[in-house]
Amino acid sequence: MSLIISSPHQHPANSVSRVMLSVVYALIPGCIAHVWFFGPGLLVNMSIAIAAALLTEAWILRLRRRPIKPALYDGSALVTAILFALTLPPLAPWWIPFVGIVFAMIFAKHLYGGLGQNPFNPAMVGYAMLLIAFPQEMTRWSVPQLPELHSLGWLDVLRHSFTGALPTGTGYDALTMATPLDHTKTQIALDQTVQAAHASYKFMGQIAGYGWEWINILFMFGGAWLIVRRIITWHIPAAMLCGLGLFALVAFLSAPATHASPLFHLFSGATMLGAFFIATDPVTAATTTRGRLIYGAGIGVLIYIIRYWGGYPDAVAFSVLLMNMAVPTIDYYTQPRVFGHKG
Amino acid sequence: MMPMKLGQFHGGLRLPGCKADSMLSPVTAAPIPPRLYVPLKQHIGAAAEPVIRIGDHVLKGQLLADSDSHVTAPVHAPTSGTVVEIVEHTVPHPSGMTAPCIVIETDGKDEWRPNLSAHSQYHLLSPNELRQIIRDAGIVGLGGAGFPAFLKLNPGQDKLVETLILNGAECEPYITCDAMLMQERARDILDGLHIMRHAVQARHCIIGIEDHNSAAIAAMQAALSKEEQKHISIIAIPTRYPTGGEKQLIKVLTNKEVPSHKLPIDIGVVCHNVGTAFAVADAVLRGIPLISRYVTITGGAIKTPQNLITQFGTPMAFLLDHCGLQRDKLSRLLMGGPMMGLQISDLQTPVIKTSNCLLALGPGEAGDTHPEMPCIRCGECARVCPAQLLPQQLYWWSRARDFDKVQDYNLFDCIECGCCAWVCPSHIPLVQYYRFAKTEIWQQERDKRKSDHARDRHEFRQLRMERKKREDEERKRKKKELLQRANAGKDETKKSAIDEALARVQAKKAQQQTESRNTDNLTPAQQKQIEAADARRANQTPADTTGDEGSEA
Ligand code: SF4
Ligand code: SF4
Repeated sequence: MSLIISSPHQHPANSVSRVMLSVVYALIPGCIAHVWFFGPGLLVNMSIAIAAALLTEAWILRLRRRPIKPALYDGSALVTAILFALTLPPLAPWWIPFVGIVFAMIFAKHLYGGLGQNPFNPAMVGYAMLLIAFPQEMTRWSVPQLPELHSLGWLDVLRHSFTGALPTGTGYDALTMATPLDHTKTQIALDQTVQAAHASYKFMGQIAGYGWEWINILFMFGGAWLIVRRIITWHIPAAMLCGLGLFALVAFLSAPATHASPLFHLFSGATMLGAFFIATDPVTAATTTRGRLIYGAGIGVLIYIIRYWGGYPDAVAFSVLLMNMAVPTIDYYTQPRVFGHKG
Repeated sequence: MMPMKLGQFHGGLRLPGCKADSMLSPVTAAPIPPRLYVPLKQHIGAAAEPVIRIGDHVLKGQLLADSDSHVTAPVHAPTSGTVVEIVEHTVPHPSGMTAPCIVIETDGKDEWRPNLSAHSQYHLLSPNELRQIIRDAGIVGLGGAGFPAFLKLNPGQDKLVETLILNGAECEPYITCDAMLMQERARDILDGLHIMRHAVQARHCIIGIEDHNSAAIAAMQAALSKEEQKHISIIAIPTRYPTGGEKQLIKVLTNKEVPSHKLPIDIGVVCHNVGTAFAVADAVLRGIPLISRYVTITGGAIKTPQNLITQFGTPMAFLLDHCGLQRDKLSRLLMGGPMMGLQISDLQTPVIKTSNCLLALGPGEAGDTHPEMPCIRCGECARVCPAQLLPQQLYWWSRARDFDKVQDYNLFDCIECGCCAWVCPSHIPLVQYYRFAKTEIWQQERDKRKSDHARDRHEFRQLRMERKKREDEERKRKKKELLQRANAGKDETKKSAIDEALARVQAKKAQQQTESRNTDNLTPAQQKQIEAADARRANQTPADTTGDEGSEA
């Protein structure tokens, strides 16, 4: 490579760390809602995940004899850890976030060559691995923090995380439950109607599960802010939400008894987090404009298919990973028409 | 102004203009330095060869160097003085290389060469004659590339020129020389435009000026007469970098795209810079060759930013000091703008025909110097690329040295505007990678051509030997015949001799005809080759580009 300093000779103040930090800021409202509705477990998981992610990254970089500081400061490991923690059940033993994120950093990021080289979204790889290996721990979602329920405080959560002990007089039965998506799915499998399933779920909100709808709305706002600030473009989130929404709408209109409403799907589970923060991970998403539309729509449709026909109640992780695989092909076939070339 | 729907190109950037500082005062002539270093090559094509000798006294405007090559431009004395030496001196080039320069010790009299041949009745001249005058005046494209103007004013046979565009867009930050020229010399620019129009026989002319530049637009409008409005329109175009790029400007003004690997003339468009039009007016109407130009001197390290009419060969340091360069503040000196400019490391480098701006960036002005990070595939580069390329794929394959793949991704449609590198959050010097890949590819092609050349030469030699042998035999045979015939009768000998002479004359004529066609008008294919050479911008490997490409085209 030539050492001649080449134009351009000025740069605006843009950097990877600025991009990553903006993503972190945009996540804050949703995270607050998450803690508000489901307790401090998220923060415990997140702290463990962040610490483990940074340590793992530093350790691998040392093994690979790469400069450590710039990589830690770029913020990408931080974002991966936060997104990963957001997918975990709030009440989880410490080794769940630890094992998941270490696996993600090693196998999904650095074995491929580190930042920018990984085809699969590391946070989703970590989550998917845990879901397959430890289904029990991964499907125990906390009950909402409501006055009439026994909810856990800081210390209780920390103690549970590191010792597995729950406060006397409580058990997982009282503290955890299935998520609305999970519940609806099992009830439909038991030949119930969607309406009956929702009626039998204790904590429904206006459009989706209690708490879940707010978390989703706030992630949506955070994502919109990222679009306004031009950190991400609208294509992937819009395409993904349209894909999921339209598919759900058609299904709902054709068989309302067995298909939940599109709004329920859009504001349940990790839909908004996935649309604005996970599917938009630049490294693993399609890069062309048309490609992004296809990629996003593909994820949306896959989410619905897996949620309804597949074995998992939420489906963001698997849909994203599946579409990650298709990215090279999508990018190849959606190259823009170069200036001066025929269409 | 004609109501007209403007076209649009993809991407581009809104950049801070930074232009006001250098537009505060009217343009004055720069002082004459004690010594001028006039490079023999200030253009694309073959270097000119000196026609003066060391020790000669030269007058302002006198021819210093010229060349027989087709793609070249002569060089004239910018002022009067004595030629003291011809030396290797640093010239504006990415590698900071040296090249032969004629050194003139100026005498301060600035005395003109007598008998400048002015042609006020230019419309009585044929396009060919006009091109000759423009060539002899050493005029090259003053917008940046420095391609000999007379070649670009030659559409070639059976090519109709629908639109002649004058580029007054000047889209790079800091640079204001064209804006000032338009404000101050609007009439001359229009005169030059008329001459160019006559040379290419264009139907219609458009002058494109960025809309923030209202003073220039007003000045040009004011100079435009009712009569002229019939075939010249002045159009304000949205300020967006790189709207001054030739293909981008054509797209904006005519909504037509120049096809890849083609030239504007292929869609009936010829495009020149306003500065070039001004130089053409000077050359044709007043007989003044191209020896000076408007140069913007600006940047954070300059106390009094301004535009100066600068004689070629003036050392940059001399000019910068005149404008109050604060050396302790200088972080980087550029020739050109921040987006596409050339870094100059030797302050003694002379100003040449393509030096539109000297940009002395002050502390912090060059932006942050973050280390290069891995590409995170964010796609920002593709969003802003005016050529609609996928810069990050180009980067990827350039880095992997997979030059076939890079070309699959249309590396050669990249105009090196720098938009992609500007927005890249990973601070990857993308353009540097593209230049590297382009240079490598050219090198490979050159190597291939060289071996082809050697093979051709070998075959040619073989052919020549065979022919010689044949001819020898033929001659022997004829001699024998002649001898036999001489015995038969004198008349017949005479007749055959006459026949032979006639045949010789005819053969010669035929040969001349083909020869003249070779050198007279360029075929489009040849012109394309030249333009390809243009694109190469005499950029990377100086030794190779000096003679080689010029003679070839
Ligand atoms: S802007 Fe830079 S980081 Fe983003 S895709 Fe292009 S090259 Fe990669
Ligand atoms: S430098 Fe080339 S690749 Fe980059 S934006 Fe300009 S044209 Fe596109």
